[in-house]
Amino acid sequence: MRYISNTAADKESMLKEIGVDSIEALFEDIPKEVYCDKLNLPKAMSEIELIKKMKEIAQKNETVDKYTCFLGAGAYDHFIPVTIDQLILRQEFYTAYTPYQPEISQGTLQSIFEYQTMICELTGMDVANASMYDGTNSLVEAAILACSVTKRSEVLVAKSVHPESRQVLKTYARFKKIKVTEVDYLDGQLDISDLEAKINSDTAALLIQSPNFFGIIEDIAAVEKLVHDNKSLLIVSTDPISLAVLKSPGELGADIAVGEGQPLGNPLSYGGPYLGFFATKEKYMRRVPGRIIGQTVDQQGRRGFVLTLQTREQHIRREKATSNICSNQGLIALTAAMYMTFMGKEGLREVAEQSLMKAHYAYEKLIETGKFKPLFDKPFYKEFALESTEPVDNLNEKLLKANILGGYQLGRDYPELEKGWLVAVTEKRTKEEIDRLVREAVK
Amino acid sequence: MSEVNLIFETSRPGRKAYSLPECDVPQKPIGELIDSSYLREKAPELPEVSELDAVRHYTKLSLRNHGVDSGFYPLGSCTMKYNPKVNEAVARLDGFINCHPYQPESMVQGNLEVMYTLDRLLSEISGMDQVSLQPAAGAHGELAGLMIIKAYHENRGEGNRDKIIVPDSAHGTNPASAAVAGFEVIEVKSDDRGCVDLEHLKEVMNEEVAGLMLTNPNTLGLFETEIVEIAKIVHDKGGLLYYDGANMNAIMGIARPGDMGFDVIHFNLHKTFSTPHGGGGPGSGPVGVKESLIPFLPVPVVCKKDDTYYLDFDRPLSIGRIKSFYGNFNVTIKALAYIFTMGEEGLKKVSESAVLNANYIAQKLKDVYLLPYDKICMHECVLSGYRQKANGVSTLDIAKRLLDFGYHPPTVYFPLIVSEALMIEPTECESKETLDEFINTMRTIAEEAESNPDIVKTAPHNTVVSRLDEALAARKPVLKWKKE
Amino acid sequence: MNVPSNLLFSKTHEWVRIEENIAYLGLTDFAQDKLGQIVFVDLPELNQEIKEKEQVAEVESVKAVAEFFSPVSGKVVKVNEDLLDSPEQINENPYDSWFVAVELSDQSELENLLNPQKYEALLMEEEENH
Repeated sequence: MRYISNTAADKESMLKEIGVDSIEALFEDIPKEVYCDKLNLPKAMSEIELIKKMKEIAQKNETVDKYTCFLGAGAYDHFIPVTIDQLILRQEFYTAYTPYQPEISQGTLQSIFEYQTMICELTGMDVANASMYDGTNSLVEAAILACSVTKRSEVLVAKSVHPESRQVLKTYARFKKIKVTEVDYLDGQLDISDLEAKINSDTAALLIQSPNFFGIIEDIAAVEKLVHDNKSLLIVSTDPISLAVLKSPGELGADIAVGEGQPLGNPLSYGGPYLGFFATKEKYMRRVPGRIIGQTVDQQGRRGFVLTLQTREQHIRREKATSNICSNQGLIALTAAMYMTFMGKEGLREVAEQSLMKAHYAYEKLIETGKFKPLFDKPFYKEFALESTEPVDNLNEKLLKANILGGYQLGRDYPELEKGWLVAVTEKRTKEEIDRLVREAVK
Repeated sequence: MSEVNLIFETSRPGRKAYSLPECDVPQKPIGELIDSSYLREKAPELPEVSELDAVRHYTKLSLRNHGVDSGFYPLGSCTMKYNPKVNEAVARLDGFINCHPYQPESMVQGNLEVMYTLDRLLSEISGMDQVSLQPAAGAHGELAGLMIIKAYHENRGEGNRDKIIVPDSAHGTNPASAAVAGFEVIEVKSDDRGCVDLEHLKEVMNEEVAGLMLTNPNTLGLFETEIVEIAKIVHDKGGLLYYDGANMNAIMGIARPGDMGFDVIHFNLHKTFSTPHGGGGPGSGPVGVKESLIPFLPVPVVCKKDDTYYLDFDRPLSIGRIKSFYGNFNVTIKALAYIFTMGEEGLKKVSESAVLNANYIAQKLKDVYLLPYDKICMHECVLSGYRQKANGVSTLDIAKRLLDFGYHPPTVYFPLIVSEALMIEPTECESKETLDEFINTMRTIAEEAESNPDIVKTAPHNTVVSRLDEALAARKPVLKWKKE
Repeated sequence: MNVPSNLLFSKTHEWVRIEENIAYLGLTDFAQDKLGQIVFVDLPELNQEIKEKEQVAEVESVKAVAEFFSPVSGKVVKVNEDLLDSPEQINENPYDSWFVAVELSDQSELENLLNPQKYEALLMEEEENH
């Protein structure tokens, strides 16, 4: 057993030291009636057998390596510099635990401090935490924070927020006794008149996503005053790469900015592990859920980093903690920091611009075929919704045969948009691939 | 060693660490595509460095970290076992990392097989009937489990059960998760053996209580010998039993929570099943249940019909979705690879060796460090720095001194019911020689605490930074870098 | 442990200094010592009506949180905002670091408080229990 060191002789001498005569004697506290005779598990595999077995399973999957990906809807096929994984595989990063002992964890602590700085820079906020489970989890935690600071118990969520995020929000809300009310969309953007009708003295926050699930940039400036005049919080979920070109939530007056960090250097991985980022204004600093890294000095006055503001957390405040979160997505946050470092100021802008240009090119070409109509007439970023004359099922089925992973079927979540087809285009797509999508789509 | 520059301090305008192909579609000014009122005027100040600058930066930072491969890491309750390299390799196969979560089920049969198989294996190991891999971490699994308990009672018309009993020795996440799930927390005391006080449990257990959360072995590393009786007390009053799987490493192949009477369990794949901790995550905290609770599991549930796997969303009693997509999928692949590697015999040996190692340490140290509960322990032992305190040396000082000798210290000041606690979990992976060296070091430090307490009190001396001013960090928070 | 003779005390380690109808409230030397380095304090608002034994403030050290219960009822007429910027004053001079001044609404509540002798006896007891 290569992961266990002790030999039979070791065991014998250790048992002797302990003063018992068998391994079984160590388990005498376990009542006999709950002893387990045998587990029904597969026989242990050698490394050769394991690799063969795992390859067999992996080969049952089709991947975006073979299929050209125009599918997004919350998970995006962006370019990832290969250097990142090589660095992530340094054992000092991935085999370490939460940096409880700062003197031997400066690597993790400093890199996450840098991550927090970058997230603040992108979102235009004052304070960011060290990450949460995913973008949805960040959004839900933001809603809980809003209820706690406003002492109100209803949140409004735009129907143009990712459907899965709204589902998770409803799960938490049921148990936290928070009322969730959806605000309708009009031409793909939040319907302001519906917001005006629904906002009330018990509204803790408006949750809005921009670019939203339809790829459309929400008119946040238009809702900001309405929300704040009502003394509610404005919570904006966003795509981090879009912030290289779009106005930041901070500039638009958001109180909390959250989002899914997967596009920042993380592979699609069938949905996880991803990364939730969470940033807010200084005045909510002590209400932020999860871990936060802060700068300080050591005895000699040298700069160093520590976990800070820990009294917010479960290991101290127990049932009164701001959240129950403990493990976060540390390594994924590190990945994101590396991605933002490698791509840098220019690179992130270029990724954002190329995605945007290519998405608009695809949009025009698809419309030109006459087979598709725009579903909405609002500005979009790297993803857009079309109305297809062919049933979306058939269309995607046909594209798969041509090794193309087509767009998301909006009817899955929006029955009224049964003909809706949501197409995502990242910087990785070439003109040739887009032209081929257009050709195959009209066949 | 000097400070390492922040990446922002290394940054110089015009440097680049990336390459992208030229944009090959016709380009237009962005202002023509998107109204300028939506556009940012000032680009975010991200670093501008060369590829080598960036590689050196992260390499330097990595050298300021201690990982499991660097040396012994007996951090109690965290199960810092070896993270097998082959698991990293298989989890990175193209077939696993390059699937989009919304690909049709027919294209991801391999992924669904991973999830389905792991569900079956974890169910078998724990004595549960079905496991959901949705929760992203232990605390998330706890939360899901508590929501399931609540939904179960509500469905039976007993929604008034709004209290959860948690032992005073429990992990902080237990009460915190219970609060998020909308429960009021009641503490049950530990008796003088360190186990749940049965009399007190009987007093607090009534028809308003939804269940009891328990770690077994508990956070003192002791097996709750009266677990069958505990289960009966809770079940007789209509409550359910929740198993915090943080300490599962002690009992694999030896006893199953399902057989002890537990109804719900969460696992920590990043503890028991060897997936790396990643400097704080990602973890994975699957939640498992007995048959009567299956309808309440979060959606989607992976099912199999004939030889085809599919995601089942049509579950009217489900608590609903608790995470986007399907949990921390890539982490679960590593746990599956681990179970495949160990097999039944291997997992049993893991627990045997983990328990042997912990007892060996306790036995060899109890003459110098107080062992408050002096009996055979399970996979971890809880010592106390109480005796050393007499010389003004605190447990924190002992922990810091261990850093000088190249060790990651044990968990300190937990569980809360032991003063000056030192919670040592060696794991099964470590050899007798490693344990002996550690034991010698701990003895050396105990000697120093008497002969030269200052060297302990001012430790660490050999690390890249000395003790950091945590009070300053919290009083005047600096949470991001600012250009001077 | 310093227990000034001109103050009254609660069993939960708050002190009270009476100036006519105004009570100044703070945290005792014993409590600040137990907490260690104090890093943050959350105070009630001006004009807030507070009640005896109600939690009205929170004091945080690096790794602990203490709840501050008001020993008296009344209206908050002054808030010591200096503490927000430099909470370490509580460690340094606990009896000068008043949290709030309260206009008493019920003088008889003062009878529920401990005089210095009784408070010292309480401290002796607590020490023994540890």
